[in-house]
Amino acid sequence: MRFIFKTDYAQDVRLAKHGGHVFWYSLLMAAMVLAPWVLPEYWLAQLTFVLIYSIAGLGLMLLAGFTGQFSIGHAAFLGVGAYAHAVLAAKGLPFPFALALAAGLSAAVGVVVGLPALRVKGIYLGIATLSFGFIVEEVFTRWQSVTGGNKGFHVEAPNLFGWKLESGEQFFYLCLVLTVLCTLAILNLLRSSTGRAFVAIRDSEVSAQSMGIHLARYKTTSFALSAAMTGIAGALYAHKLQFISPDQFGLLQSIELLLLIVVGGLGSVHGAFLGAIFLISMPQLIALTKDYLPPAIGMAPGLQGVVFGVILIAFVLFEPLGIYGRWLKIRTYLQNFPFYRKGMFKRQKAFQKSDRLS
Amino acid sequence: MTEVLLSAKNLSMRFGGVLAVNNVSFDVRKGEVFTLIGPNGAGKTTVFNLISRFYTATTGEIHFQGVDLTHAPPHQIASLGIARTFQNIELFEHASVLHNLLVGRHAHRSTGLWSEIFFTRKTRAAEIAAREHVERVIDLLDLQHYRDSLVAGLPYGVRKVVELARALSTAPKMLLLDEPSSGLNVEETGDMAFWIKDIQHELGITVLMVEHDMSLVSKVSDRVLAMNQGSLLAQGTPAEVQNDPGVIEAYLGSVDDVASLRRTVSAGAGVAL
Repeated sequence: MRFIFKTDYAQDVRLAKHGGHVFWYSLLMAAMVLAPWVLPEYWLAQLTFVLIYSIAGLGLMLLAGFTGQFSIGHAAFLGVGAYAHAVLAAKGLPFPFALALAAGLSAAVGVVVGLPALRVKGIYLGIATLSFGFIVEEVFTRWQSVTGGNKGFHVEAPNLFGWKLESGEQFFYLCLVLTVLCTLAILNLLRSSTGRAFVAIRDSEVSAQSMGIHLARYKTTSFALSAAMTGIAGALYAHKLQFISPDQFGLLQSIELLLLIVVGGLGSVHGAFLGAIFLISMPQLIALTKDYLPPAIGMAPGLQGVVFGVILIAFVLFEPLGIYGRWLKIRTYLQNFPFYRKGMFKRQKAFQKSDRLS
Repeated sequence: MTEVLLSAKNLSMRFGGVLAVNNVSFDVRKGEVFTLIGPNGAGKTTVFNLISRFYTATTGEIHFQGVDLTHAPPHQIASLGIARTFQNIELFEHASVLHNLLVGRHAHRSTGLWSEIFFTRKTRAAEIAAREHVERVIDLLDLQHYRDSLVAGLPYGVRKVVELARALSTAPKMLLLDEPSSGLNVEETGDMAFWIKDIQHELGITVLMVEHDMSLVSKVSDRVLAMNQGSLLAQGTPAEVQNDPGVIEAYLGSVDDVASLRRTVSAGAGVAL
């Protein structure tokens, strides 16, 4: 069992709470930096996808996991980011500017989508964002002069002021840098007053308001930041695939993003990464086991969708805290051995809430 | 002690056909403990919700230190210096106690979004200052032991104190306590009475509370206002209000009722029963 003795406030504010954090995250960074030398090209590409989905997951996690606003149309922001970036990059804008503009546009769209969130909650917000997702997909299809419609859009390699990042390794490092920056941004936000306001809104809007939190402003901020981050992921996604078409940003993609954060662990930054690893490795695992299954099942179309669905249901039923929650339990078990109690993580039934006043 | 901090004038609140608060006026003086009592459904919590601006009064006005609250947005109430607790505890369940208290500092926020994203020196200083402030509240209410625990796992009595602590973290001028002793045992109620006195005398915070426990009310209140079915019944010191015939009637029924009941029982015992 680790006891942290706090002797000054700065210790409480610091990102790394103890030496273990410094050690393990440095090790992880070192491994990531060395990855291109160790991993074969195919696995490096998969790792790049994990990073891209982690950024998108962080975006949705901020909105759904920390602010409590569920969006079932988040692939739309991925799409807005991807198309905006691809179009701007095709016009010859250097990568950082195109990326910033794409993120900005995505954020602006996020604010517009966030407006209904000020009036509706829960399932109704889900439906509003779902229909927004459909609208955006339709716009990508119909606005052929810009997006190329269903023919798709070809995306060039990122252009860093004339230096083209053609190779997979270079692009991997670009994704790594952006992932680290996004993660730091989220962590900084969560340890300061805006992040606390988000969590407050998630847990109790009434008392958040009585503590002086402007609900409309913070919900809109959360939507904007979440959309911007997902937009950044979209831009990287466009470069990675080198070809984008409207059907990549449909309902299925939105549901995969939701699956990512739920399986990873709602309300944790780690969850976004674990969820992304899950989402990228799952199809591989399914492909690997396919050969050992009876042909009637192994060759069945839509096998992946069924497996994803079953896993999602299993997580919601048995481990609502996701992979990260499971890891926390295992860690606590080992740290407290042999004193782990079965009910340690059991959440008490929330006491009767006061009238929701709305 | 005579300066008026909060004044409500002819306050009414109508929900469809129900008149929850009916033409109630009262003044809360600076530095006092002012208690609203009354049977269930008397409209006490509605008055609280009118002051915290969750509801907009149908008619009437509320002034706090000369500022008109009647139409102020609800998120501005905290920065004006009014903090509140809730009857059924409204904490941020899946956050630590410290996190909950730090949210209480939100009204005093001095950092912008970008400064927080980059966690600039200014943000760091603000975070540390917020912790210093919150730590004083933790000290006052003896919450050191629970500082890093998740609220979701805490017992009811502790949550009640955490909610009080969160309200105090906003450094309010006036504290609204909605049934601070409900669900607490005798010992915890005793602590609560002690803290309310402390808050009044040492921190100089004016307290407006709703309470059913009459022993707590008479122990801490300077003045009491009794309500029944939305209307004001009586106002004065705890002793005055407790002996007011209207208040006794609201709680126990009228003297005539009691007398006639007695007559029926004794005279008609053989007939009616």
